Amino acid sequence: MSDASAQGNPLLAVPGAVGRVVLELLTEVGCISRYLFQSLREGVRPPYRPRDIFRQMEVLGVNSMPVVLITAVFTGMVLALQSYTGFKRFNAESLVGTVVALSMTRELGPVLTGLITSGRAGASIAAELGTMRVTEQIDALTTMGVSAVKYLMVPRIIAGIIMLPVLTIFADVVGIAGGYFVGVEILDANPTVYIKRTFDYLETQDIISGLIKASVFGGLIALISSYKGFTADGGAEGVGRATTGAVVLSSMAVLISNYFLTSIITG
Amino acid sequence: MIAIEGLHKGFGAKQVLRGVDLNIERGETMVIIGGSGSGKSVLIKHIIGLLFPERGKVLIDGADLCAMNDAELTAVRRRFGMLFQSAALFDSMNVWQNVGFALMQHTALSRDEVMGIAEERLKWVGLTDVLHLMPSELSGGMRKRVGLARAIAMDPEIVLYDEPTTGLDPIMADVINRLIRSVQERLGVTSVVITHDMVSAYHVADRMAMLYKGEIIEVGTPDEIRGSANAIVRQFITGSSEGPITAQ
Ligand SMILES: Nc1ncnc2c1ncn2[C@@H]1O[C@H](COP(=O)(O)OP(=O)(O)OP(=O)(O)O)[C@@H](O)[C@H]1O
Ligand SMILES: [Mg+2]
Repeated sequence: MSDASAQGNPLLAVPGAVGRVVLELLTEVGCISRYLFQSLREGVRPPYRPRDIFRQMEVLGVNSMPVVLITAVFTGMVLALQSYTGFKRFNAESLVGTVVALSMTRELGPVLTGLITSGRAGASIAAELGTMRVTEQIDALTTMGVSAVKYLMVPRIIAGIIMLPVLTIFADVVGIAGGYFVGVEILDANPTVYIKRTFDYLETQDIISGLIKASVFGGLIALISSYKGFTADGGAEGVGRATTGAVVLSSMAVLISNYFLTSIITG
Repeated sequence: MIAIEGLHKGFGAKQVLRGVDLNIERGETMVIIGGSGSGKSVLIKHIIGLLFPERGKVLIDGADLCAMNDAELTAVRRRFGMLFQSAALFDSMNVWQNVGFALMQHTALSRDEVMGIAEERLKWVGLTDVLHLMPSELSGGMRKRVGLARAIAMDPEIVLYDEPTTGLDPIMADVINRLIRSVQERLGVTSVVITHDMVSAYHVADRMAMLYKGEIIEVGTPDEIRGSANAIVRQFITGSSEGPITAQ
């Protein structure tokens, strides 16, 4: 329908394309929720395979940690620089530490970690499971009476739920440290005051809310990327498509769910 | 034991199976022959419930695979062993872990016991000293044989072989043909073998069926197939490029 209208009126092409994407997205959300329910159902049943979960936690941590740390430290630094420039205009430079701490823990720590993990871990999960799909390894599991959801998807989801908050804690700490470095070493703020302002207004709830968000992001990224891998088809090219799709969809899921989670937590 | 009735399956616009009917008796070895791309792998995947028909039925001991829930399907699948055309070894596991995978998952056997069984099954398929190699270190023919060892590791009732001898040298192919026969005699299994290899087909078959254009066009003993009056069957078994089957 949108094709015809797009030809008739170029102004309609954009809403048409958007509509198509939204429709595809909704279909995909339907499929993903089916996998979510299946993971929940099979995840609560023994055996629990702690060894597989630890392996996935390790993979996830090792994969994403370096990039998370680098991103977080520079984000903390730029945040200090920017807020200093802005706040100087109304003589509020002393609040730089507060702004960095609140932004990192509440928002940037979890979201940046989520986006980076979407790119790193999401891609690697989709590529690995996608390869297993197109080389019939997932079929082989099924024929041996082992559920691929239970064996492959559940450990990854649990690892995501546990590891994203861990990565986020590192991001928070490193980001705040980066802000401190810029504030104190470059902008010559008083170190005692900077630290006092950092922790005076920071509440446990700020940190916890960030970690809860991170946990949800971790579960979503693993779920979506595993789904993309499971449904890959058409050889190496299909695996490539699944990988790109996993990164795009899980990044979007992080950003969209972030808004709703934040509004629930603060509301 | 296995009954396939009016099986239809297509992918998108492409119709692959157009009403396959086939009965496979308990304890027999049924060989399915047919051209490349004729849908043999698709057919065998319906027998173990990896694919489901658009129309028609697959019955295992009278029970319809389509009507089963997940738990019932899993129970049925565990009576099967399957060798995939691509071997489908788990590339994150070494050879003995591949062969012993189902034993590790479904039995209480210890690691050493599983390794012992894996070693024995690998010996059946002519492989020694490979227990700790990774699949990426194996040749194509070796992967096939590891896949075969994995398929028979759980002493299945029914074994599905998708081109067991493709990619093997003639001597190794003969070893595998003998193995298929001896597994059938020793374990009394029902076997379904897909092959292009007519030597292998005559060797292992109790009965043969030919798949052509989405249907089974002939079923019979090897002798009946050899003496078939059907021009398509005759052309296929003699391997001639001239006749009713044209290369596409
Ligand atoms: N998952 C799938 N999606 C789309 N098309 C498929 C799929 N699986 C098989 N096909 C198509 O079905 C047809 C039959 O495939 P199949 O693998 O069963 O052939 P085959 O008889 O086993 O051939 P070969 O002897 O080369 O293995 C092919 O044209 C293939 O493209
Ligand atoms: Mg095939």
